[in-house]
Amino acid sequence: MTAIKDIALKPGFDDLVMDSQRSFRALLGAMARPGNPVTLDCAPDAPEPMLPAAGAACLTLLDLDTPLWLGAQARESEALRRYLAFHCGCPLVEQPAEAAFALVVDPLTMPPLSAFGQGTAEYPDRSTTVIIQVRALHVEGQALLRGPGIANSQRFDATPLSLDFWDQVRANHETFPLGVDLLFATADRVAALPRSTSLEIV
Amino acid sequence: MNETAPIRRTSALPESGDLHSDGVGATASDATAADGAYNFAFLDEQTKRMIRRALLKAVAIPGYQVPFASREMPMPYGWGTGGVQVTAAIIGPEDILKVIDQGADDTTNAVSIRQFFVRTTGVETTTETGDATIIQTRHRVPEQPLQEDQILVYQVPIPEPLRFLEPRETETRTMHALRDYGLMHVKLYEDIAKHGHIATTYAYPVLVNGHYVMDPSPTPKFDNPKMHEMAALQLFGAGREKRIYAIPPHTKVKSLDFEDHPFEVQRWSSCCALCGATDSFLDEIVTDDRGGRMFVCSDTHYCETRRAAGHVGLAAAQGAEP
Repeated sequence: MTAIKDIALKPGFDDLVMDSQRSFRALLGAMARPGNPVTLDCAPDAPEPMLPAAGAACLTLLDLDTPLWLGAQARESEALRRYLAFHCGCPLVEQPAEAAFALVVDPLTMPPLSAFGQGTAEYPDRSTTVIIQVRALHVEGQALLRGPGIANSQRFDATPLSLDFWDQVRANHETFPLGVDLLFATADRVAALPRSTSLEIV
Repeated sequence: MNETAPIRRTSALPESGDLHSDGVGATASDATAADGAYNFAFLDEQTKRMIRRALLKAVAIPGYQVPFASREMPMPYGWGTGGVQVTAAIIGPEDILKVIDQGADDTTNAVSIRQFFVRTTGVETTTETGDATIIQTRHRVPEQPLQEDQILVYQVPIPEPLRFLEPRETETRTMHALRDYGLMHVKLYEDIAKHGHIATTYAYPVLVNGHYVMDPSPTPKFDNPKMHEMAALQLFGAGREKRIYAIPPHTKVKSLDFEDHPFEVQRWSSCCALCGATDSFLDEIVTDDRGGRMFVCSDTHYCETRRAAGHVGLAAAQGAEP
């Protein structure tokens, strides 16, 4: 028989309607102003290894209609899979290219951005939104961002990221309007890097 | 028997629990004056998630029309069901909502949409452009420049700028994919050939961030320059046509034109009869059956603010009130 503690689920949002709305406005603000971190003050107590802000993004955006791809560490956590199955009900997919959303716990071992769904020329919106968990977001970082949502330019970085990550982001931008959109999540903040953002390393 | 309590109930169900959703939403909504029979902002949570996902993709691909599963709303198509769904998906209890129809806060469409959101969310509303966090608009951009923390939601009837040139959706999709916008330039050129100038005065096509040609909704072309590098986020919803698109803040929005026929906005020979403004979009008002007419600001808040500040137009000086 399974002990009760093994099947106990962590709760989702305290207030499903209002916390979803607050989280979404944070995500919308982040996507509208690339590289500008936004604080999420109503993130849920997510199960390991999911960070609260990533949990908030999942609870806000995922449901039966959104195939989700989990990075290796996330996939290994039964608590996390149960949590997503219960609160979001999203189907899990094996191939990153088939996913509407992807949750990456360890950015150092994630597949290249080109492995995710890129959308089609007629429907570029059908690409993967990749939620990447990071330890920290920096607004004085090495990436100099320009593009829609940025008045002049915006400095940005996140840690940890793989050495060739910014090359991948640049290549992702060059395929515009195709490409993935990135959401970086820490414990309490999110920042976005949509495909429309160009960057140089300074 | 199924009498287990819902897991995330945070307050009591309203007694007239006429709920079509799962009930969680209405119980969680604690906005003061909202009608508890509805989920917060009317839409169910799964619909909001669907619209929210479309909005994020729309912001990520400026000017591209994202298909979404538009719902039937308790108002007819053509009354702003697209804008209403976008507003419903983003609005929260702390928001202050302004709704305008052709620039006016007090016309039928604006009044009924404002009442809809007061009833379903209990949010505070305003007519002050600067106080609003969300402004839903039908066919005008406010005269007062918008700020970083504001969101402008447009009601859009026909989102596809190429639709009257090419009726097939499959073809317009391909044209956008190939950035094949020659046909649009031919249309503007035909204006010049027929009229000597570009005669398109509203829904004037724009190029967003150098990529997608977009319909700015039937706003007068007078408002196109305001969309360029606007500090506020601009969201567009077309309910019947089931499309959402967006312009992020500080994005380049260029009205299509020719080197020898540059884009220009309309000008009036008169100024606002009430406030004397020379820099606003003017509506022509017929005042009698003998050919009498006057021009007044279409943006009622702008006009009232100017009059409160002591600006007086010709008709107001002569004691005429609209």
